[in-house]
Amino acid sequence: MSDLEIEQKIIDDCVRCGLCLASCPTYVIKGIETSSPRGRIALLNSVNKGGLKLLDKGVVDQMYECLDCRACEAVCPSGVEYGKLVEAARSQIETAREPEYGPVKRLVRLVTLKGLFAHKNLFYTFGTLMVAYQRSGLQWAVRKSGLLKLLRLSQMEAMLPPVDWPFIKNGKERWQAAGTERYKVNLFTGCIMSTAFADVDRATGRVLSRNGVTVETPGGQWCCGALHIHSGDEEGAKKLARQNIAAFEESGAEFTIVNAAGCGAALKEYSHLLHHDPEWAERAQKFSNKVRDVTEYLGQVGLTETPGSLPLEVTYQEPCHLAHAQRISSQPRRLLQSIPGLKLKEMEEPALCCGSAGVYNIINPPMANALLDRKLDNAVATDAQVICTANPGCHIQLQAGLERRKEPMKVKHIVQLLDEAYNKLPKINRI
Amino acid sequence: MAFSPEVIAELKSIVGPDRLLTSREDLVAYSYDATWMESPPQAVVLPKSAQEVSLVLKLANRYKIPLAPRGAGSGLSGGSVPQKGGIALSFTLMNRILEIDTENSVAVVEPGVITFALQKEVEKHGLFYPPDPSSLKQSAIGGNVAENAGGARCLKYGVTSDYVRALEVVLPTGEIFQTGGKMVKIATGYNLRQLFTGAEGTLGVITKITLRLLPLPKFRTTALVPFADVETACIAVTKIMSSGLLPASIELMDTFTMRCVEEYRPVGLPLGAGAMLLFALDGNYQQVIEAETEAVAQICRDAGALEVRVGKSAEENEKLWEARRAVSPSLARLRPNKFGEDISVPRSALPQIVREIGDISKRYNLPIPVFGHAGDGNLHPNILCDRSDPEEMERVRGAAAEIFRAAVRLGGTLSGEHGIGLLKKEFMEEALGAEQLAFQIRLREYFDPNGILNPGKLFPTGKSSW
Repeated sequence: MSDLEIEQKIIDDCVRCGLCLASCPTYVIKGIETSSPRGRIALLNSVNKGGLKLLDKGVVDQMYECLDCRACEAVCPSGVEYGKLVEAARSQIETAREPEYGPVKRLVRLVTLKGLFAHKNLFYTFGTLMVAYQRSGLQWAVRKSGLLKLLRLSQMEAMLPPVDWPFIKNGKERWQAAGTERYKVNLFTGCIMSTAFADVDRATGRVLSRNGVTVETPGGQWCCGALHIHSGDEEGAKKLARQNIAAFEESGAEFTIVNAAGCGAALKEYSHLLHHDPEWAERAQKFSNKVRDVTEYLGQVGLTETPGSLPLEVTYQEPCHLAHAQRISSQPRRLLQSIPGLKLKEMEEPALCCGSAGVYNIINPPMANALLDRKLDNAVATDAQVICTANPGCHIQLQAGLERRKEPMKVKHIVQLLDEAYNKLPKINRI
Repeated sequence: MAFSPEVIAELKSIVGPDRLLTSREDLVAYSYDATWMESPPQAVVLPKSAQEVSLVLKLANRYKIPLAPRGAGSGLSGGSVPQKGGIALSFTLMNRILEIDTENSVAVVEPGVITFALQKEVEKHGLFYPPDPSSLKQSAIGGNVAENAGGARCLKYGVTSDYVRALEVVLPTGEIFQTGGKMVKIATGYNLRQLFTGAEGTLGVITKITLRLLPLPKFRTTALVPFADVETACIAVTKIMSSGLLPASIELMDTFTMRCVEEYRPVGLPLGAGAMLLFALDGNYQQVIEAETEAVAQICRDAGALEVRVGKSAEENEKLWEARRAVSPSLARLRPNKFGEDISVPRSALPQIVREIGDISKRYNLPIPVFGHAGDGNLHPNILCDRSDPEEMERVRGAAAEIFRAAVRLGGTLSGEHGIGLLKKEFMEEALGAEQLAFQIRLREYFDPNGILNPGKLFPTGKSSW
């Protein structure tokens, strides 16, 4: 059962001015109204009014052609909450279709949504195997062997990021504020972030600590459920939401810091996800109110010390779920500009989706690749040495694209650059 | 009702299967523009050349299929809604800037180019395309030409038609020709390019546009001026405009509109005031512009301005203008629907017309926020309403008619920059007079003998579209 409804009230908010068109990645690529936010809202309006059916092929296709990047929401003068419409539609589509899933789809959803991303231990085991795969020489051998081509898995395999090691141990790892403790926060360490990008989580801890913030990692937390909600698995998302709310509830820390834009947006929307659940609605609201992206938080509390010099030319790729879903756009830029020696070179269309969008690049490679090409063309045109971003999906997508093009450009998370810059300074002794 | 297999096969042979859309989903998505009007086509065709457009028109003419040309579907009068079904002819894939000719200061573009994209591109060459409809970030230049769009800067710089040097058009009967050219002066035959401009796609289909460009002014100032009420603000406008100074724009917003737009994007509008003016001056010499800005500011103070806030940075100013452009769609935050008017009056009549709009709002018990391009007398009173309430919609109709009539009585007209389309066609006889209307209808019939181009629009058809 899906609690998420395709709310007519949201549809009626749309006055069809069309301002969303130019912001929509799929419309920009295709130039067809049906592939635009306004077009998709019209489809859902027709569904609600009894014209089209939700399971009509063209409707389903559009609900999944959408990247759910929410660029349209950020520019909408009428305040249409488009993301809620698409997510509700997907949830209802999957609820209706579940009995008819074919064996492959059933297996993929079982292994990923209900398996790996739902259970930490499974994910960690899988992650460990990946580390072994990448570091034992097996990956090199498999890539050479032609096996991936044979199994049509090349594109997917190329997306595997180099996995960091060791993984984050929630509950055990903490970073004491260097110098005087100004604040105390919790870190949401995530699934992919705490494994493949464990270095980014640790850099986050170090940068916050350097700025007088003590960082803890409550045990019991796990994946935010964003992938579930984007794939229409509402129940899976709710289960994870409840688990995370419970895990952070006991801590008295004022804020929950997150460094992955997609996770941050999902955590901030737990309040909506559980708003019909009498037992959890209020707890979800409290939880969501405390969530801050790390760039948002650093912008709020300020840096206590100027970072060391990092003579680099950097261009910034705005993650959709930071710029649009969370409307955080100036803080990341200000942080980058606070690093002495670092030169921020703006690319064209910095806030147009890179095509990653969760698992979109696996489901819809032609559109994802068209967007990736456009993004890389814009990034490379700046001649910067580094593309900076703040979300694992974008990070992986950009990295894979650069490797395929054999571009020397590197991809870095903002906190990695800040961390590198602070490492140039002498250490602060604890007081 | 779907097209016959022959028609579908012929359309497919013209544009290929990928640029012909006939699924029910696609037809829903091409059934509207930025009004509340809705009517689905039977097919959507996305041409890539004038030749393709010509073939489609010949076919439509042969089978007497109605055809509605369409830019971005952002119009505010129902001009691109396929009222009689048929073919929606979408120009989104004809969106190339073909040439920016710096020696002759013209740009040659296809109709699907987004106005803002054109402006950004010509600015790279130090050139300037002034018309700036509030929809500039989404609307297509083809639609701007077809509706003769205006905008805030039209006060100083004129409207779209003042920039149309040449058009390539396809007649409903399929002939393709170019009217006009890159040259400044033409005294050779009828000025057809001006006839097609603003004809709302009823006389021919535009497939290429040559636009005049100006040198880009180097400096621009913006100032925000709150007033106690709309009438005082309007009196200030007439004083500025008779002072010998010519601002690029003078925009008016009342307290309603300020509140809506501030909710969308807080930019610090003076919510406590009854109205505000937003004006801009531009030119090539900073000192001159600053002195003129101060002179306009002083006129405002003398006319009762509560204060004058001159913008400090280009970035801050752009935020104010972006907020101004978002006014129309942001009004939907107050009521479910809006009937957007676009009256244009001689600016000496401004204080009088806003007074009358205030009276009409009270008499019909309907909120009618007022904003618009006060400097040139083009106002957008928007009647906020709920379309699901038939009794209320009767009142909306009455109030709309009274506003039109007041504008006409004061020497003004029905539409300044949105066009007539479906929304205002009932009032055309009052606006033009019976004789002129009859002549305009005959003219249309001469161009389009089978009545295939945008049928049911622009002129009264006896029955209301809303």
